[in-house]
Amino acid sequence: MPRYRDFTDSTGPQVVLPRLPIRLVLIIIGILAVLMLIFTSFYTVNPEEVGVVVRFGKYCATTNPGLHFKLPFGVDKVSFVPVQRQEKQEFGFRTQKGDVLSKYTDYHQEPELLRESLMVTGDLNAAMVEWIVQYRIKDPRQYLFSVLNPVETLRAASESAMREAVGDHTVDEVLTVGRTEISNLAERNLQRIIDEYKMGVEVERVVLQDVNPPDPVKASFNGVNQAQQERERTINEAWAQYNQVVPRAKGEAQQVLSEAQGYAIKRVNEAKGEAVRFSEVFNQYLKAPEVTRERMYLETMGEVFPKLGQKFIMDETGQGVLPLMDLNNLPAAASTVKGGAK
Amino acid sequence: MRLSHSIIWIIILVIVAIILLSGSMYALPETQQAVITRFGKPIGAPITQAGLHFKRPFTDDVNLLDKRALEWDGDPNQLPTKDKLFIYVDTYARWRIADPLLFLQRLRTFSVAQTRLDDILDGITRDLIASNELLEIVRSVNRESIKDETLTQVQDELGQLQPIKVGRAKIAEQIRIRAAAQLKDLGIELLDIRFKRINYNEDVQNKIYERMISERKQIAEKFRSEGEGEAARILGEKELALKQIQSEAARKVEEIKGKADADASAIYASAFNQSAAATDFYRFQKTMETYAKVLGKDTTILLGTRSDFLKYLQQSGTPAIGSMPASAPAAASQP
Repeated sequence: MPRYRDFTDSTGPQVVLPRLPIRLVLIIIGILAVLMLIFTSFYTVNPEEVGVVVRFGKYCATTNPGLHFKLPFGVDKVSFVPVQRQEKQEFGFRTQKGDVLSKYTDYHQEPELLRESLMVTGDLNAAMVEWIVQYRIKDPRQYLFSVLNPVETLRAASESAMREAVGDHTVDEVLTVGRTEISNLAERNLQRIIDEYKMGVEVERVVLQDVNPPDPVKASFNGVNQAQQERERTINEAWAQYNQVVPRAKGEAQQVLSEAQGYAIKRVNEAKGEAVRFSEVFNQYLKAPEVTRERMYLETMGEVFPKLGQKFIMDETGQGVLPLMDLNNLPAAASTVKGGAK
Repeated sequence: MRLSHSIIWIIILVIVAIILLSGSMYALPETQQAVITRFGKPIGAPITQAGLHFKRPFTDDVNLLDKRALEWDGDPNQLPTKDKLFIYVDTYARWRIADPLLFLQRLRTFSVAQTRLDDILDGITRDLIASNELLEIVRSVNRESIKDETLTQVQDELGQLQPIKVGRAKIAEQIRIRAAAQLKDLGIELLDIRFKRINYNEDVQNKIYERMISERKQIAEKFRSEGEGEAARILGEKELALKQIQSEAARKVEEIKGKADADASAIYASAFNQSAAATDFYRFQKTMETYAKVLGKDTTILLGTRSDFLKYLQQSGTPAIGSMPASAPAAASQP
């Protein structure tokens, strides 16, 4: 304080001294103002963006990538909107690292993701649905000015649109055959909703990711697959048994048939042979029936007699021998032929 | 001193001008709308056009209100449906300040507006959920499901979509219409309200899971029994094929053999039957052959001396009066 008093006391005649710093300050302020003017008069729009310029808050222009001039000192304000970039929202899961090896968090780890992906299907069953929405900002002016929170709005609309689609399909359609139809339907639903909001976003694709039955029922769904496999296996095994037996039976049948045919040929040939032989012999017999007959009889006897076991020759007059003969002592299986007895 | 005085005056004038100007001008952003109040009393129509606007300095206040579609996200509420199922219903809505003046008078701030929205929307949602069945809230349209043959065979209702009368879009629209009527008095336009999430409460959830499990078990059992049935059919077919093949073969064998036997018989007959003499000779010849075959070392033979064979033992030269062996009686009737 004393120094201040001293200064004021002694400044009366020396007004020139502080004049120089004031000029310096003014110059510095001037330079700064010029610099600010320059820096706030230009802006650069990146290749994937457009710039949306507002003047005193009012929309003024949309500018393409490159260097642009604007009114300085906050009269013109620029917002950059990445219209070329494809944006993506994930539902029911989150990508943790966008590297080559992405890590995902899903409903097993996060209760919120469980609520996000759990849905009631059209047949009042439940399914866990994970999906992504790819979109692009089509109209940057609408995107900036018509909806308070475009990203959150898009997420809410996506959940509603997907549930609307899933709500019209059975759990089996959701899990298997209806996947494409559901993603197309969800895409149409979503586009319809956000068009109502005029938020300048175009949905490019809705893609279903993992769709599963809820964990508590997963095992029973797998059980169906197993049963299906089991059915195929049982049927295949039955066919195996069939094929093990039937072709062999066919072969065996063929064998028996061939044998029968062999028998037939043999039988007929034998008959033919015998017939010819008989005819030949008969023709000779006819030439001398009496002699031939006698000869044949004697030949047979000559052949038979030596082979016979016991031979008894009895005089017709002395028949008393017979009752004395011990028939029991004859060979057991012997057949008794009483020949010649008239 | 005069110069510096005039400079000071100029500076003062500039400052006053700036204050006056800044007090009488305001920039309205695209996202906002404004209501001008003079000592709290609204003046003129609300300003919705973005850009630079003028007002009376010092006395007029600019009340900025959002012009965009605003979000309302309901808390998930546990509500009973008409069919007495407890479900969590999570709704969201978009709304807009349609009448800024009214909005300012009735609600004034955004957070008050949110609370009123909660009250109105939750209440009406509860009413409409309670007067509709769950199916109507889940489904939107009637469509035929793509049928998985293997499922519909198990049970007709599996893989089928039951018909609906109303649908979620109409229910949401009814909520919107009723709520919009109430919200209009608050200067709010309700753009839409939608069901974001609908889920079963835990008790219902478990019952649903049990039902799903039992459905799947039925399907699995059906596959199993289908497999077993098919296997049984194949095994039956196998037996049929076997029996058919074997019996057919046996029949053919008998036919072939029978025909061969018949052919042989015919051949024999035609040879042996060519004349009465042939028949007689055959009989004799065959008898002789049969003797040769039948009589062996086990045979004991008793021969009378009067038999043809031994007749010469008694007398020679004299023609036999006796007979031929009994087994060849045909010999007696020689031609």
